[in-house]
Amino acid sequence: MAAGKPGGAGAGVGDPLLAMRRIGKTFGNGVQALADTNLSLSAGDFLSLVGPSGCGKSTVLRIVSGLLQPTTGRLDWGGEPLGKGDIGFVFQEATLLPWASVFDNVWLPLRLRGMGRVAAAPAIEEALARVGLGGFENAVPRELSGGMKMRVSIARALVTKPRLLLMDEPFAALDEITRFQLNDDLLHLWESYRWTVIFVTHSVFESVFLSNRIVVMAASPGRVFEEIAVEAAYPRDDRFRTSPEYSAICRRASDSLERAMAVPREAA
Amino acid sequence: MALAEGEKPAVMGGRDAAGPVVDPEEARRLRTARVEKVGRWLLPALIMAAAILGWDQLCVRYEIPHYILPRPGLVAQTLIADWNILGFALLNTLKITFMGLGLAVIGGVGLAVLFAQSKWVEMSFFPFAVVLQVTPIVAIFPLINIYVDNQTAKLLLCAWIVAFFPILSNTTLGLNSVDSSLRDLFKLNGASHWQTLIHLRLPAAMPYFLGGLKIAGGLSLIGAVVAEFVAGASGQSSGLASRIIEAGYRLNAPRLFAALILISATGILIFLVLSLVSHLILRRWHESALSRER
Repeated sequence: MAAGKPGGAGAGVGDPLLAMRRIGKTFGNGVQALADTNLSLSAGDFLSLVGPSGCGKSTVLRIVSGLLQPTTGRLDWGGEPLGKGDIGFVFQEATLLPWASVFDNVWLPLRLRGMGRVAAAPAIEEALARVGLGGFENAVPRELSGGMKMRVSIARALVTKPRLLLMDEPFAALDEITRFQLNDDLLHLWESYRWTVIFVTHSVFESVFLSNRIVVMAASPGRVFEEIAVEAAYPRDDRFRTSPEYSAICRRASDSLERAMAVPREAA
Repeated sequence: MALAEGEKPAVMGGRDAAGPVVDPEEARRLRTARVEKVGRWLLPALIMAAAILGWDQLCVRYEIPHYILPRPGLVAQTLIADWNILGFALLNTLKITFMGLGLAVIGGVGLAVLFAQSKWVEMSFFPFAVVLQVTPIVAIFPLINIYVDNQTAKLLLCAWIVAFFPILSNTTLGLNSVDSSLRDLFKLNGASHWQTLIHLRLPAAMPYFLGGLKIAGGLSLIGAVVAEFVAGASGQSSGLASRIIEAGYRLNAPRLFAALILISATGILIFLVLSLVSHLILRRWHESALSRER
């Protein structure tokens, strides 16, 4: 697969992809997960959502993916609305089918679209190779380490060649060494494909390393608090992790997060 | 994307050459494991042998007549001598048991899938299943006797009523115990109701179903035997229960014991076979089938 433009007609890097306009979500039990949230996304963005628990980070992903309907506000797509096949979702846990092989797990999204095993095989092999799991087709999830399970989960999200990748704290449960490795690898993949990514994380450091935009959110009700641009050029590697620039942005983001956590609750 | 250092697959881990160097604590642990492995089989076998010996001694010491309590040897002899009668009866009982179990699987899983279509269906009809389950089969039987003519059908119906419930309730539980993120994943990929059932809910329910099947196997044997007791079958279709009643009337205790042993052995065998089936199906992925090696 050529490292082409994300999407089809006219959607190049930098074009508006999606805008959330004054989106609010109140659950049936009265909990206001999201209030008056505006967020715009351009094609090719790597946007991180950072914030304390209950700030509606995951709710944003669920609304964008169509799993949840917003209570108020609307979702404007820059061009054609992205359909089911155009959005990849990576959950906090690997969420693999425990009874199915690695191959079958990655096959799943294609299989649900009616693609047979043989027809899907090249795409599956490619996705597995991309995440460094070539040769593990026949393993079942319990035979894999946590990091490898997450790689399968990423391969499953990639196999449909999505334009928008939604990641809900995907590496939160992994140890730091594995997380760093996966961060590097994810960034590599992103650089070659340039999908648009919305990445939810608790870790300021992770968000600074990965993204070109960080959106800090505040809780009760969940809302956008502040946006921080990360200007550092890609590709980024370990040198970036130790650069003064990185530390400076981390400090800014941490400050922002601290202030976001300190603001009093808004009257709902 | 390259694999990170230390991200070896778990199957390969922990199998490094043990080497000759074993500290005393590990040696003790290994020894305990070895003893346990042998003891697990040996101990029950010894106790069983002792019980049979005690039974034999009891008969000899108190000169108990064989029509009250036969010596184990006599029971064994009877088992062989009466094999023509007993084996045939066993076959009939087995036929009812397995047909009943088969129908219980079809009925239990079928109803569970039906219940899984909607919460409302489940809520509406589950009470009927509970009513069938909690009413003693012996009490229902006179009704069955009035409504059903065919002897085999009567027995099958009994075995089915007794055996289907654990399959139904376990499978229903399993179909409803799917991880919510996996449900979301299916929804995100536009999976139909049917696809979600086939690719997600049924496989997820498998361990629960197999647990129910193990219980149902024993129950359908009990159902088959109890049904025959109350139905009083005779002639061609008579199973082990009829032989036991008959032997009881004739004070033929050795044959009674022999038939009893056959029923127990059948029950044990059914349980073992179903356990094996369950293990073979689940061994690659389910926690219940994993050995705790680490």
